[in-house]
Amino acid sequence: MTQDTTGAATELPRLLPPPEDKNRNAHDWYAHTDRYGRLPYRERQGTLIADVEAAGLTGRGGAAFPVHRKLQAVLEAADKRRRTPVVIANGAESEPASDKDATLLWLSPHLVLDGLQLAAEAVGADTAILYTHVNRGHDVGARLREALQARQAAGVDRVPVQLATAPARFLAGQETALINHLSGGPAIPTFMPPRITERGLHGVPTLVQNAETLAHLALIARRGPRWFRGVGTVDEPGSMLATVRRADGKPRISEVPLGIPLQDLVGELGQDRAVLLGGYHGTWLTGSEARKLTLDNRSLAAVQAKVGAGIVITLPPDRCGLVETANVVRYLALESAGQCGPCLNGLPRIAAALAEIAGGRFGKHGTRPQVLADVQRWSGLVAGRGACHHPDGTTRFVRSALRVFAAEVDRHQRGRCSATVRQPFLPIPKDAARTEEDWI
Amino acid sequence: MAEKLLVNPIDCEGHGACAELLPEAITMDEWGFPIVDPRPLPPGLERNARAAVSACPTLALRLLRS
Repeated sequence: MTQDTTGAATELPRLLPPPEDKNRNAHDWYAHTDRYGRLPYRERQGTLIADVEAAGLTGRGGAAFPVHRKLQAVLEAADKRRRTPVVIANGAESEPASDKDATLLWLSPHLVLDGLQLAAEAVGADTAILYTHVNRGHDVGARLREALQARQAAGVDRVPVQLATAPARFLAGQETALINHLSGGPAIPTFMPPRITERGLHGVPTLVQNAETLAHLALIARRGPRWFRGVGTVDEPGSMLATVRRADGKPRISEVPLGIPLQDLVGELGQDRAVLLGGYHGTWLTGSEARKLTLDNRSLAAVQAKVGAGIVITLPPDRCGLVETANVVRYLALESAGQCGPCLNGLPRIAAALAEIAGGRFGKHGTRPQVLADVQRWSGLVAGRGACHHPDGTTRFVRSALRVFAAEVDRHQRGRCSATVRQPFLPIPKDAARTEEDWI
Repeated sequence: MAEKLLVNPIDCEGHGACAELLPEAITMDEWGFPIVDPRPLPPGLERNARAAVSACPTLALRLLRS
C-alpha cells in the first residue's frame, strides 16, 4: 500500500512546471527528481492497480476509460495466455487543435517515462514503447532521446524503452492503427475483436495508455489516491491538461481540475459565441450553453458533449462557423483511411455538401435546395458503421455545427456570410495523404 | 440461442449477396454497402443467415452467438 501521508492536495500544476519556474529545466533528470523524488517501484506485479482504482484515474486521451480496468485486463490476459505483455505510451495526439501531449513530453518527459516504467511493472511487461508524432514545433524526439540517456546513466529504467514515430495522419494515434504501424504496417485502423489488451502488438497482451495518463499514474504511485482526488469532482477526480484556443488562435496548455467552469478556461462567453469542445471529433456548443457547463462528462452529457482530450476553442466573432466546419470536414474526409464503404463514400459527400452550403451556392438561388437534408441523412447513415470511430466523430461534429450555426445556414441561403475575416481559424494540417507511403 | 450478424466493414466490398439472401435483416445503403440490423436475429431466419454468411465473397459477414 501507498503511504498516503501527503493527504489531499489542491495545488496545480501537478504535471507541468509551475509558472514561476524561470530555469526552464523541468525536463532535466535532476530537476525532475528534485521535484518529484525517486521512482517508486512496487517490487510486485499488480499492486499499483488497486491504487489507480482508488484514485479513479481515467484515460486522458479522450475516451476516459478507467485505467485500472485496462491494467487488470492486460495482467489477466498475460496470466491466462502465459505471454509477456507490452506497454505503449501514446503521445501521438492526432487532433490538429490539440497540443497537450507534445507539450507534456517537451516540458516533463520524465514523468511520462516514469509512468511507463510503473505501468510495465504493474502488468509484468518486458517491453515499453513511446509513440509520438514527428515534431510539430519542438523537437520532442531529441528531447526524449536525451531523457532516456539520462535515465540510463542513472540506472532507473528496468524495462528498455523504444521510441517510435507516427506518420502525420489524423488516425495515426487510434489504438489499432498504432498497433498496425508498430507491427510494420501502415497506421490505419483494423477491425476489432480481439481486444488489444488480449492480442495486441505481435499477438501479446498490450497496454496502450495516453502519455498524460501515464504521467498521472506516476504521481499516484508517489503520492497516493487521496492526494490525486484532492482536485476534480467526486465522479471524475484529478486534473487534466487542456488545450485552449481563443481569438488569437494560439494554443495555450493549462492544467485544470476536472469540473472547472468552461468560462474560467476561455473567459466570459456571450450567447452568440460558439465554442468547440473536444476538437474535430467533438461538439460545437452555443455560448449560452457553454457558460452554464463545467469541464466534466457529467455536466457535458446534458448537451451530448464530452471532455475528450480537453480541447476548448472559442470561435472569434469575425469568423463563420459554417466555413470553419466545412474546412475541417474536408480535412477529415481526406484523412479517412478509406477502408470502410460508408466512411469512404459518405465523408466526401458530406464534405462537398458542406462546402456548397458554406459557399452559399444552395437554396433559393442555388441548384440543390435539398443539400441540408442530404447532410443530415448521410450523417445518420455513416455513424457507427466504420471499423474505427472516424465516421462517428466526424458526423457528431457536423450535426452539432448545423444545430449551433442554424442562423448562419439561413444567412448563407440568402447569399450572405457573417465572416469579415477570410483567413481560416481552425488549424488544418497542410498535407493530405496521397499514396500509401503517407501512412507509413 | 439467439444469434447476431456482424459485418467487418474493412473486408466488406459491397457485393450485396447478403442483402439479397437476407433482406429481413440486411438492407443496402445508397452506395451499395450493407446496413445490418444490430438486434438478435429473429427465430426462423438462421438458415438464410447462414446462407448469407457463406455467400459473402470477401468473408466479411459473421454470425455470432449473442
